[in-house]
Amino acid sequence: MTGDTQSLRFQARDVCKDYVVRVLDGVSFELRAGEIHALLGANGAGKSTLCKIISGLTPATKGSMLLDGAPYSPVDKRFAESHGVQIVQQELNLIPTLSVAENLLLGRYPQRWGIIDRRELHAQARVALDRFGLTEIRTDQSAGSLGVGQQQMLEIAAALDRKCELLILDEPTAALSAGETERLFARLDELRLRGVGIIYISHRLDEIARIADRLTVLRDGKFVSTHAVSEFQPIERVVDLMTGETQAVQHALAEHTNRAMEQTLIRVTGMTGGPVRDVNFSVHAGERYGIAGLVGAGRTELLRLIFGADRVERGELYLRDETAPCRFHHPHEAVAAKLAMVTEDRKQNGLLLSQSVRVNTTLTSLDLLTGAAGVINRRREAAVVEAERKRLQIHARDIEQSVGTLSGGNQQKVAVAKWLLKDADVFLFDEPTRGIDVAARRNIHQLFDQLAEQGKAMIIVSSDLEELFETCDRIGVMSAGRLVSEYARADWSYDAIMQDCFSGYSTPERTAVSGSTP
Amino acid sequence: MTDSPAPVNELSAVKPRGGLTYSVFQYAGLLGVLVLLVLIFSLMSNHFLSKQTLVTVANNIPDLLVISVGMTLVLIIGGIDLSVGSLLALSSAVLGVFMVDWGWPLWAAVPICLGVGALCGMLNGVISVKAGIPSFIVTLGMLEMARGSAYLLTDSQTKYIGSSIEWIGVPVKGLLFSPAFLLALVIVAVGQYLLTRTVFGRYCVAIGTNAEAVRMSGIRTAPCSIVVFTISGLLCGLAGVMQTSRLSTADPNAAVGLELSAIAACVIGGTSLMGGRGSVINTFFGVLIIAVLQTGLAQIGATDPIKRVITGAVIIVAVLLDAARQRWKRRE
Repeated sequence: MTGDTQSLRFQARDVCKDYVVRVLDGVSFELRAGEIHALLGANGAGKSTLCKIISGLTPATKGSMLLDGAPYSPVDKRFAESHGVQIVQQELNLIPTLSVAENLLLGRYPQRWGIIDRRELHAQARVALDRFGLTEIRTDQSAGSLGVGQQQMLEIAAALDRKCELLILDEPTAALSAGETERLFARLDELRLRGVGIIYISHRLDEIARIADRLTVLRDGKFVSTHAVSEFQPIERVVDLMTGETQAVQHALAEHTNRAMEQTLIRVTGMTGGPVRDVNFSVHAGERYGIAGLVGAGRTELLRLIFGADRVERGELYLRDETAPCRFHHPHEAVAAKLAMVTEDRKQNGLLLSQSVRVNTTLTSLDLLTGAAGVINRRREAAVVEAERKRLQIHARDIEQSVGTLSGGNQQKVAVAKWLLKDADVFLFDEPTRGIDVAARRNIHQLFDQLAEQGKAMIIVSSDLEELFETCDRIGVMSAGRLVSEYARADWSYDAIMQDCFSGYSTPERTAVSGSTP
Repeated sequence: MTDSPAPVNELSAVKPRGGLTYSVFQYAGLLGVLVLLVLIFSLMSNHFLSKQTLVTVANNIPDLLVISVGMTLVLIIGGIDLSVGSLLALSSAVLGVFMVDWGWPLWAAVPICLGVGALCGMLNGVISVKAGIPSFIVTLGMLEMARGSAYLLTDSQTKYIGSSIEWIGVPVKGLLFSPAFLLALVIVAVGQYLLTRTVFGRYCVAIGTNAEAVRMSGIRTAPCSIVVFTISGLLCGLAGVMQTSRLSTADPNAAVGLELSAIAACVIGGTSLMGGRGSVINTFFGVLIIAVLQTGLAQIGATDPIKRVITGAVIIVAVLLDAARQRWKRRE
């Protein structure tokens, strides 16, 4: 096995990629067989482009590649896959209306005389799912009926079910719960032992510290350096290489200031609807209230209930000092009551991707920018958007650039910016930093601090516990639709919260996973 | 690449878009096609480049033009209105019945006519929005119902109204254009202003881009969509008055298939059938292109079948050009 791990699985030399500008500039990269190699860099550093080139999704403009010592220049994804190069991209590529089995074996259905052999199809899919430990997913349910985390696991399972010598994972855990992440890591360990080379992209440094052997840092399309992961103690120090800044670590370690005040801004009692069951909590002015939980615990649904996006079965909301309860039937009522919600899925329901930064930013607050008869004051609009762009450091060519062409981090800043113009009291953030780069994440965390200072209440849902620890004053834990526990800063610990996350599920398989978490 | 922190001076050096040069550029493609068509026809026919042609084109298009303005809005919110031709005929029938059978004066009959159009449009909107039925289906039903009602009202007869309404469609003395055409121009201007400068217009574009994101931004989409369908219906009523005045006659057979011409005009003008993108001014160019094509082909003696083949080809070419332009814009 040791000899195996020394051999090179893949090599890239001086790879360049030009779109309109050069986005990848002479990058060299080596991947050993049987190693997990993390690729790091801020959004736009060229990680995704490099991976697209390796997996045949886009050709390199210049440079050469070797796969197992032989020249390798993939013409398309099919070519790459036939050479054992598999990629699981950050965006989910499942067809929601097709069944799990049909998605899993897409393009290679077992056939008899040109007719799909359904029994064989489901049998093969079952084997692939079981091997991945996804026993709870049925092969005949539609892919769209799965949660985001399960969909992600399904995609990875599909990649591994093909010939796989080099596996590229782009933010695989962004949508995964802690339990699912553990399952994935166990599987990656097996693949490493089998000599598969794995390129792993993640913004979650703790994961990289745990699972990766080496890491390569890219910055602005250029190769910076390759290191053994163990060289960085703590792993956060690698951020310096990515940003070229040195204050990165300091912020992460900065003293957390609790700005919570006396006044309760929002109180939720007996909230029930969809998977959410009887949730009670309250958040004070200036307080950051985190909600932890596994994917599917009902956290997003809870926020949607509060925001009036879904139907409330039972339960009340009390805002500010009002003694009368309110219940919203449409988000516009919630917004009128000074609530704001930054949604989990930017593309689905957060942003107008084909529209400009300007249009997206002012969508919620056009009423503040109009003169007579609903006519928009365009000069004021441009000025306001420009100011937001500067404040949140949204990197766009200008405010007319369409949001769909921005990087994930900048898209998220726009999604946040549109609520800042509105004078809301209570902010609901659903996975505010999912899949965005370190710098943008830091911007958003700073923003939490500013909002707290202004006396806003924040409810922050995140699957990234580190993030909640770093930013929140209190953390509530949801499990199977219920809010099972609450922790103040002084009391919380990783172990206790993880235990609570799993407490609502009693199947033996789930608890077994929770036992193995660190 | 967009994520790398750019120095401030570099950012401000980027020329802001908007302004005159940008808007001219925006319309340059369609204007080019129009000029090209005029050029081709004037080479092929000696009579084409004349005052008479201009008058003919201008006075033939008001009904198609106002309907296309409404259609542009409907397409922008991601809907479609197939009932426009039938609604025009129904409004025209109403006008005929009131003025001919009941002897109402024009000024009293026109509001009724507009009201019928607006009401039917509103019905389209309310049903499709509140029941969540695709507007394609609702307006297809309305297409049949309105056409049938037009026949019922008029007993399938055309009704001659005569001089009391003709003046609307006839060029004003000393001016080349009819009141109908001038009004249509005003509607285009108002439509473009509504779309680009008002909150309502912004919401229309937003709804057509991603209705769920708009809802989650705390904006009610239903009223906006219903208003758009109502406007489309209202403009059908207006187009009904215009066409009736042009022919001096209320005709229940009028405007069969007009919905397709209106959609064609919008599409030539670059309006997306998927919603979220479109411009009233460009639709105006689309209508002009269709009208010039029709008039020009008639003048060089093309037969009706040939006219249809060529018009169809021009629609496809226009959309191909627009698609290429969009790709180019995205790359830029």
